[in-house]
Amino acid sequence: MGKMLLEVRDLRASVEDKEILKGINLNIGRGEIHAIMGPNGSGKSTLCNTIMGNPSYMVEGGSIFFEGDDITGMKVNERAKRGIFLSFQYPEEIEGITLENFLRTALNTVTGKNQSILGFKKLLKEKMQLLEMKDEYAERYLNVGFSGGEKKKAEILQMAILNPKLVMLDEIDSGLDIDALRIVAESIKKVKTEDMSILIVTHYNRILDYLEPDYVHVLMDGRIVRNGDSGLARELEETGYEAIRAEELI
Amino acid sequence: MAKTVINDIDFSRYNIKAKVKYRHKTAKGLTPEIVEEISYLKGEPDWMREFRLKSLEIYNSKPMPTWGVDLSELNIDEIVAYISPDAEKAKTWDDVPKDIKETFDRLGIPEAEKEYLAGVGAQFDSEVIYHNIKEQLEKQGVIFEDFDTALKKYPDIIREYFMKCVPPTDHKFAALHGAIWSGGSFVYVPKGVKVETPLQAYFRMNAPGTGQFEHTLIIVDEGAEAHYIEGCSAPQYSVSNLHAGCVELYVKKGAKLRYSTIENWSKNTYNLNTKRALVDEGASMIWVSGSFGSKKTMLYPSSVLRGEGATSEYTSVTFAAKGQHLDTGAKMIHLAPNTSSKVVAKSLSKDGGITNFRGLLRVGPKATGVKTTVQCEGLMLDDISRSDTLPIIEIQNDYVDMGYEAKVGKISEDKIYYLMSRGLSEDEAKALIVKGFVEPISGSLPLEYAVELNRLINIEMEGSIG
Repeated sequence: MGKMLLEVRDLRASVEDKEILKGINLNIGRGEIHAIMGPNGSGKSTLCNTIMGNPSYMVEGGSIFFEGDDITGMKVNERAKRGIFLSFQYPEEIEGITLENFLRTALNTVTGKNQSILGFKKLLKEKMQLLEMKDEYAERYLNVGFSGGEKKKAEILQMAILNPKLVMLDEIDSGLDIDALRIVAESIKKVKTEDMSILIVTHYNRILDYLEPDYVHVLMDGRIVRNGDSGLARELEETGYEAIRAEELI
Repeated sequence: MAKTVINDIDFSRYNIKAKVKYRHKTAKGLTPEIVEEISYLKGEPDWMREFRLKSLEIYNSKPMPTWGVDLSELNIDEIVAYISPDAEKAKTWDDVPKDIKETFDRLGIPEAEKEYLAGVGAQFDSEVIYHNIKEQLEKQGVIFEDFDTALKKYPDIIREYFMKCVPPTDHKFAALHGAIWSGGSFVYVPKGVKVETPLQAYFRMNAPGTGQFEHTLIIVDEGAEAHYIEGCSAPQYSVSNLHAGCVELYVKKGAKLRYSTIENWSKNTYNLNTKRALVDEGASMIWVSGSFGSKKTMLYPSSVLRGEGATSEYTSVTFAAKGQHLDTGAKMIHLAPNTSSKVVAKSLSKDGGITNFRGLLRVGPKATGVKTTVQCEGLMLDDISRSDTLPIIEIQNDYVDMGYEAKVGKISEDKIYYLMSRGLSEDEAKALIVKGFVEPISGSLPLEYAVELNRLINIEMEGSIG
């Protein structure tokens, strides 16, 4: 097994014939926390969705390796089974299916083993307590009528149950007020294991105050233009993306 | 009930073609002689024979409907109106001929009766071959009889109620039914008696090229309660079969009736069925309907809310796959003040199937203070299937509280992607979305029937299920 969990090599991708990613290189090791920052429309969500395998995003070139295997052409569910998880910016609402039933189905599928109903209930209860979620959420239809914060928390609960190797958080901070953001960020910290790698995609660095990335990458116009450590995020806070853009033009 | 995959799909159980000895079989087509022959074989009173002949005249005088589904390939001259198995009506399954019993065994009927039903009627082609009710209910005065027996034992009641709710003049297939009806059940629940467990009728068409025209008449007397379940199925043939049943329900003052149907006719069947309830003061009528089978269906259960404060609900799921056109809906007719109704209709179409929700909401001039909601939703599982809604709303006074919502769309790619990102295959994701979509219906059925509904959905999704 290679040292790297995820290797993205010269990845180019398009949506509806428009090229969004124009050659991305990114390596994520086990247990590392990476942050990708960039202005709106720079390709941050596209990168997450392309790594997850969303069929609406066409890979035009380059490749994605996960634990040394080329997964570029793999189906979404196969990637999920290998341990890739995407926390959605806008999680879908699924009528008629309770969060509990859905999560048990998902865990059965990902592990290839049928969980006992009681054993699963225990696991779910434990994780919900950890995340300070009320029991009643288990019986509610998946994301239906959840507030923005509740949806994000439910995504973290899914992550806690499925225990993936790579977690991508697509703008988990969007639409959350300061208190909700703190609760969600703390939840992520509780769920993160030593081996779990996290890729945070955001345009604010507030969440990075809680999650402290090992590496920060700046994405602009489909390319990673700067790499650094958490100091880079602080720098961005002060100078803004425009300064980097100006620097790029020189 | 969010099982994504049920492994033990036994598709074959619906498709058994029993080799059965038949006693009587009329010639193909429809003539006064055939109608007289049916009446003679049943040993009916004169008034019924005349009723049949009159209905035939009405049938011949009415044109084929030009709306709904395409009936141009339905040739009544090719249909055998009456075919009776060589069997006496039995009160125990041991007395049912072995080959017929085997069919019902595989459909799970005798077992269901033992476990959770108050009574069962089973019809095989044109005749009821088994009818039984729990002794305790009989002692309380509950009547549950096959229709021929009821006509002999309770001629006055039958004459008073038979085809008064749905007269043969109603439409062409009501007239057809009046002429050649055979089999079905009669239920009477006396005042104040509450039948806690369901009564069930199962209708099985076995012979090819035939018709089934059973008649169901239920009277729930004042303050009484009952739950009636009907199931129907047939093996697949290349020639057309016709089902034109008629259901007449009388829900008296303060009574409650729940009528559930799980229909799975084979895909060579024309299902042109008429169901109507007359709902009196303070009474409640609940329809639950699952339509999966048939080639073409036209089915619009109606509640006539004629007593003050009467209520009715209609909850349905319709699933049309390749080669099917299912035109279904509900009619809510408010004639009295402070009546209320609620319609929740869901339809699914795939592989080129067509569903159409056709609803009627009518509020008469005297029906003030009415509350009503209609919600219909169509989900298409691919680009080649169709789903339409066609509501008709007629409101004749100003004091009505009405909610209406119609939604038709294709299954969401974003939802499929979301579920796949949690490890489900594309087919499992679709199946889960469909299960959730029909949950309001499966949730309102008794557990055993919810399982049956899920099984039918799995069969329809087959090829979609890994």
